[in-house]
Amino acid sequence: MKYTRTILTTLLLTLTFVTAAEQTSEQLTVDEIIQTANFTAYYQGADGRARVHMKIVDPQGRTREREMTILRWDAPNPDSDETIPRKDQDHTGEQKFYVYFHKPADVAKMTYLVWKHIGKDDDRWLYLPGVDLVKRIAATDKRSSFVGSNFYYEDISGRQPALDNHELIETNKNFYVLKSKPKDPEAVEFSYYKTWVHTTTALVIQQEYYDKNGQAYRKYESKKVEQVDGYWTTVASRMTDLQTGRYTDLTYPKVEYNVGIDEDIFTERYLRRPPTQYIDE
Amino acid sequence: MKRHNRTMIAAATAMLCLVSLVGAQDGPALPDGLPAGDGASETESGGASGPSLPSGLPGGEDDDASAGTSPPTGLDDDGDDATAPDEADDRTWLDMVNDAGMSGFWEVRGGMRTQNDPYQNDVSLAETRLQIDWREVFDGLTVQLTGDLVYDQADHHMSNVNLNTGSGWFDLREAWVAFSPLAFLDVKAGRQVLTWGTGNYVFLNDIFPKDWLSYFLGRDLEYLKAPSDALRLSVFTDIVNAEFVYMPHVLPSRGITGRRLSYYSPQLGRPAGQDAVIDPERPDECFDDAVYAMRLYRRIGSYELAAYGSWGVWQTPEGFDPARGVAFYPRLNTYGASVRGPLLAGIANMEVAWYDSRDDRHGTNPFVRNSEMRILVGYEQDLPEIADDLTVGVQYYVEIMADYDSYRDALLPGQPQADPARHWVTFNVTKQLINQNLTLDLFAYYSPSSDDAYFRPSVSYKIDDHWTATLGGNVFVGSHNHTFFGQFERNSNVYASLRFGF
Repeated sequence: MKYTRTILTTLLLTLTFVTAAEQTSEQLTVDEIIQTANFTAYYQGADGRARVHMKIVDPQGRTREREMTILRWDAPNPDSDETIPRKDQDHTGEQKFYVYFHKPADVAKMTYLVWKHIGKDDDRWLYLPGVDLVKRIAATDKRSSFVGSNFYYEDISGRQPALDNHELIETNKNFYVLKSKPKDPEAVEFSYYKTWVHTTTALVIQQEYYDKNGQAYRKYESKKVEQVDGYWTTVASRMTDLQTGRYTDLTYPKVEYNVGIDEDIFTERYLRRPPTQYIDE
Repeated sequence: MKRHNRTMIAAATAMLCLVSLVGAQDGPALPDGLPAGDGASETESGGASGPSLPSGLPGGEDDDASAGTSPPTGLDDDGDDATAPDEADDRTWLDMVNDAGMSGFWEVRGGMRTQNDPYQNDVSLAETRLQIDWREVFDGLTVQLTGDLVYDQADHHMSNVNLNTGSGWFDLREAWVAFSPLAFLDVKAGRQVLTWGTGNYVFLNDIFPKDWLSYFLGRDLEYLKAPSDALRLSVFTDIVNAEFVYMPHVLPSRGITGRRLSYYSPQLGRPAGQDAVIDPERPDECFDDAVYAMRLYRRIGSYELAAYGSWGVWQTPEGFDPARGVAFYPRLNTYGASVRGPLLAGIANMEVAWYDSRDDRHGTNPFVRNSEMRILVGYEQDLPEIADDLTVGVQYYVEIMADYDSYRDALLPGQPQADPARHWVTFNVTKQLINQNLTLDLFAYYSPSSDDAYFRPSVSYKIDDHWTATLGGNVFVGSHNHTFFGQFERNSNVYASLRFGF
């Protein structure tokens, strides 16, 4: 009888634990997890500045490196209460990115501007200083390599969550594991991808892309995170082509938030004349 | 009862297993610097007590606490070795050159004619070039110097440096200062490359100097644009942005003179080259022959609109003085407009320009080019459905001569008669392979009205972050030897280059 009671107690405790676990996962719906992860990955602060170092390593061990400064500006929430400072808004709307290339030599001093739109193609411009040419670039190749790396354009500026159907397939003490299927399978090369979102920080720690045979062929890993200006930030990550073994390491030697970058910076004016106040050579 | 108990035990065990399973199935290892979701349950799996829930969702103090217990920690304590590119150790002399604000390239480039030209050498290009580029920012003032040291075995005029024509062993490409004296004003003064307009290797409102010689010989594409000596003021307002360019003296395009590339000489009525080098009379009197240009532009949605104007001279010697037997640069004003923006899955552009040939306003002078209307329509898009990194573009371009009847009436006997409209179609395709390190490119011009064409195929491979090898060609074909591209048929060439960038 005593034995039974112990078991009952254990069972009860277990039930409580499981229920509690379920409750916490219920507290965040799939959409909320996705929204939070998207926000954490791409929208923290009102703006941002990062020095980005890229190292592409092929299966033979040969490396290519790129170095750039990326500036980011987030559109304020049009519906937001004006009393909420922009940096505290959790809006995930349109964004503008400015990229200044430091290295390698053949792209040095080039500048690149992206206006990320929601629900339509982004606007992109590339400035070639040697010929003083502002080139307009079509943005249909979101899932093609960004500057020859394993990262896609979409990995850098963020894939819009609304393009996929998301499903929470697992919750454990560290991760929400999500499975995302494209709404338009023709538009992408994957049949689904899995995302491991860290429960406490909402950082994406890992992502795996699967082909039609259910084979993982592409993997994103967060290698190092830091709290920068109070924001949890991935400061080292890797994207690997699982079929070839080629990978790209992205490291962020310097990240800053709420720098106060004016929206004007993200225009043709500063494409032609890099904003030296934000770019250390 | 017993039976009941056993069921419960089984259920409990199953649940416990499930719980511990969930606990064990953590997925990927946490990266460096991340607080574990729940440090406690890590050590006391199973009958966990205390804060065993996946707590601390919004983060906070216990994050730091749990971070302390899990191995991969160190928010600000442990070394940044994983983050910082390991540059401190292996700084090369190139890094030091870069640190001094210098960059550039060294290259060798050689080219051969594919046809025998009685007026030229077989070797079209045999040069080595060192470009040094220095930029420094001094408290709001940016200074840029770019110069090329060149030696070309195929050029017999290496010793005569002329910064205006780009000939000789030194070419000053940029020497400017830029600053913003007012929040809405940018100033860039000095030798600089200027570009505007929407054409892809077709120019309407871009009246700034080109270097056709470099383009046709197979130098790098950046050499298609020749520098100007200019003061450029850029004004930015909410309604419209404006650029004003003042060029105190005319630096015409670096064109085809016969010295390196042959051309059709209307005076001789035949192709000519080194036997009849054109030495046009350059409008070199400062200020008298100043060129002014302006552009007004703004964006509406995703569309860029611009209006242009220029007041100066033709960039190529479109006039001939029969009395003195010299070519010259007649006066020219241009006015135009353009629009560029997304269309379907690509980028479309349209541009028009009116060329007001002021020295021959009525088209009655057979020795000065008539006024003309220029119209360009273009479209470019990627084709991800077919392949990654594949871009194609097409353009239609026409030059419609004004006062064609006057032109025809004024023609001298024996002068080849131009068409009232010269039509061009350009086609370009670019495909990148091997992680964008290999680029296959073709740019082609075809003129149905002149029945001539110009093909620019090239293959370029980035060997590593410094070295690039390129193989390409400039192929001219035409039914007549006096049409724009047809006259260059015997200049057709292939070239190869190897460049080290730093």
